[in-house]
Amino acid sequence: MENCYINGIGCISAQKSFEKDYLIEPIVYSEENILKVVKPNYKDYISPAAVRRMSSGVKNGIVASTMAINDAGIESPGAIITGTGMGCMQDSEKFLNNLINHDEEYLTPTSFIQSTHNTVGGQVALGLKCKAYNFTYVNTGVSFESALLDGLMQVENQDGQNVLVGGIDELADHTSKLYKLIKHTKSDDEAPYDIINKRTKGSISGEGAAFFVLDKEKTANSYCKLADVKFVNNLENSGLETFVNDFLASNDLIASDIDVILFGNNGDIEFDSYYDQLEPLFGEAAILYYKHLFGEFMTSSSIAVSLGSDILRSQSIPGALFKNEVSHPKGEIKNLLIYNQYRGKDHSLILLKNV
Amino acid sequence: MSNRVAITGMGIISSIGMDLEENLNSLKNSRHGISKIEHIDTKLKDKILVGEIKKTNQELESILKLPQKNSWSRTSMIGTIAALEAINNAGIDVKSDSDIGFINATTVGGMDMTERYFYDFIDNPENRRYIQSHDAGNNTHNICDYIGLNGFVTTISTACSSAANAIMLGARMISSGRLDKVIVGGTDALSKFTMNGFNTLMILSDTYNTPFDENRKGLNLGEGAAYLVLESEKSYKKRNKQPIAFVSGYANANDAFHQTASSEDGEGAFLAMKKAFEVAELTPKDIDYINVHGTATPNNDLSEGRAIINIYKDSEKVPEFSSTKPFTGHTLAAAASIEAVFSIFALREGLIFPNLNFKDKMKEFDLTPVAELGHKEVNTILSNSFGFGGNCSSLIFTKSH
Amino acid sequence: MGELKTELKNKIITSLNLEDISVEDINDNDNLFGEGLGLDSIDALELIVMLDKDYGIKLTDPKEGKKIFESIETMAKFIEENRTK
Repeated sequence: MENCYINGIGCISAQKSFEKDYLIEPIVYSEENILKVVKPNYKDYISPAAVRRMSSGVKNGIVASTMAINDAGIESPGAIITGTGMGCMQDSEKFLNNLINHDEEYLTPTSFIQSTHNTVGGQVALGLKCKAYNFTYVNTGVSFESALLDGLMQVENQDGQNVLVGGIDELADHTSKLYKLIKHTKSDDEAPYDIINKRTKGSISGEGAAFFVLDKEKTANSYCKLADVKFVNNLENSGLETFVNDFLASNDLIASDIDVILFGNNGDIEFDSYYDQLEPLFGEAAILYYKHLFGEFMTSSSIAVSLGSDILRSQSIPGALFKNEVSHPKGEIKNLLIYNQYRGKDHSLILLKNV
Repeated sequence: MSNRVAITGMGIISSIGMDLEENLNSLKNSRHGISKIEHIDTKLKDKILVGEIKKTNQELESILKLPQKNSWSRTSMIGTIAALEAINNAGIDVKSDSDIGFINATTVGGMDMTERYFYDFIDNPENRRYIQSHDAGNNTHNICDYIGLNGFVTTISTACSSAANAIMLGARMISSGRLDKVIVGGTDALSKFTMNGFNTLMILSDTYNTPFDENRKGLNLGEGAAYLVLESEKSYKKRNKQPIAFVSGYANANDAFHQTASSEDGEGAFLAMKKAFEVAELTPKDIDYINVHGTATPNNDLSEGRAIINIYKDSEKVPEFSSTKPFTGHTLAAAASIEAVFSIFALREGLIFPNLNFKDKMKEFDLTPVAELGHKEVNTILSNSFGFGGNCSSLIFTKSH
Repeated sequence: MGELKTELKNKIITSLNLEDISVEDINDNDNLFGEGLGLDSIDALELIVMLDKDYGIKLTDPKEGKKIFESIETMAKFIEENRTK
């Protein structure tokens, strides 16, 4: 397999992730069951003419992709690949609201156009005048992983071309209400929330956008190597451990080679047991979680890749990410594994390596 | 032909038929499926025509023997019906074979249920089971759980080119050795959301759609689903299966011109076709027939026509071409896989399906689509699909000799 | 007519989200599309709905909008002549 490096990152999230070392003093959430992004200054990135039609998710996507491109120091990518679980929910809601409440009368096109799942991918291409390959994946918990795998394949196949890959999801008011009704989001009356010590039904909801520039060539700015991505819709009877061990074996690794593991714990009593099941396998690794700071959304593993890349390049782990006791790995952090699942489906593994 | 990937099965449901046989019969007999909408209560009922599958949700549920209190959208149901036929047609056993992947495509997902209950959910706990069926991936999961597929599963949503991109990814997964078999295609049901959305863009025709006609008035939306089974050489040889055709070329490019409209010269379309020829190691002259995107909107047909002329600027003539959207309507995320099935029919049967309703050539160029059923040997087909966000995809299918 | 023009300017600013523009910035004869205010074909569709909703004028062909939406002046004139509400 060819080498694939992560050479640029841009991230908009419930933390000030547009700033350097933002996790030294993270924003701590305990009273909120819905974590909204900390807004960057959109005007620094998007022209007034373009911004007027964009929902926050589209804006976040444009900003995060621009940051990633600037960080990598490239002009325009050889492919643009995005993943989004729910797509452009704010504009979908707007159009639905007009459709239902105005009985199909006097509907206008803007929110319909902006509701399309590939809006961010299309807008990024339009902004960069980039005529390259442009795909959008929408498979619930592995929407971002699908984009990442495609990016890896593009890097393998394209000569000297870098690839822009990103995950985006946005919160929308009515949909957030609906997800509370079916307890996908934790109830309002459960605060304070503590997703490790107080598991209940549902998760803390969030939103965000994280983009990456992947490249065959290592640069001075390279964060890490994207070694492999794997995902399945359902675990077969052979189970989670086999899924993980097979993945490690195909990368010539065993569990004890993993120095850091980033788990997708979100405090959901129904599904967090998957992470519990794996913990003993990685007894020697630093065990991290992140959704207490960023919330759960269908493309939240894009945040994990951003965190993992930062950890590998800086060789240090922000204290706020440790799940149990703070136990820094003794030697060099070489292999970092990200495991995530979404409501018991869409299990994914992402392997990052130090460069 | 290093990039060639075998097609070993297919399945389809559309407004011109519930399965492969019915669809082929309709195509052979120029029987279209465009009508007034019956199953959705909408104010557009008397203003537009659509390619609707004439089965109610209850009828689809009973075909699939779904439990009464299911949370399935119409998109999931028609998708499952087509996927089951594709599996059967390929003769593969999804449940016992853990190396089969599934790449779906949809734009509406469960919107048909969301728009029905969006505000009602608050007061009516009974229907809340449909809340989670909104997201696109849920529809893919439903199909996989029904057919018993566990493994590599993903979904693509790039508007009207979605299924072409699902086929493209599948071919790449096979040729890169990541999968041996993969089911690829798309599904989209009609919804008030999409009908009204396209209506606001003023690109819906109030009569039968007439692609590449000077007096075209816009598109008819449709619904449907279709899937292909793609397979590696090693895999189909091992089980002594004869491929029905090959995916030989594929490419995606972006027009990067406008959010919904195509550029005047169709540059994105041109790039997609050009790159597909490179992947296939074929030249435009090798094409016997083009299944054009041909939505019958003023903008698409002009832009696509110019891109095709540009591709063929060094050739004596543009090959025979037609749009099959007058049969089915524009089925959005399913369109490219439905048209892939039609293309494989064309290869297998030596037929060129007509661009129904065509009368007058467009004044901007000298391009006349095939308007009557044609008979000739067809070995190589180019199929175009373009979508919002400047998303342009071209696929090349070749006959299995 | 003057009142209608101000009304139109306000409506354009709100319905098209032209955050940084005020009524005073738009002259009656400025081009609304292209070089002038920079509106595009999607905005034209928004304006067609506005004509229908607020003034009871139905356009069936988006091409008709081109002349009508040239400037505030032409829009106001067209509305005065054709409005049903």
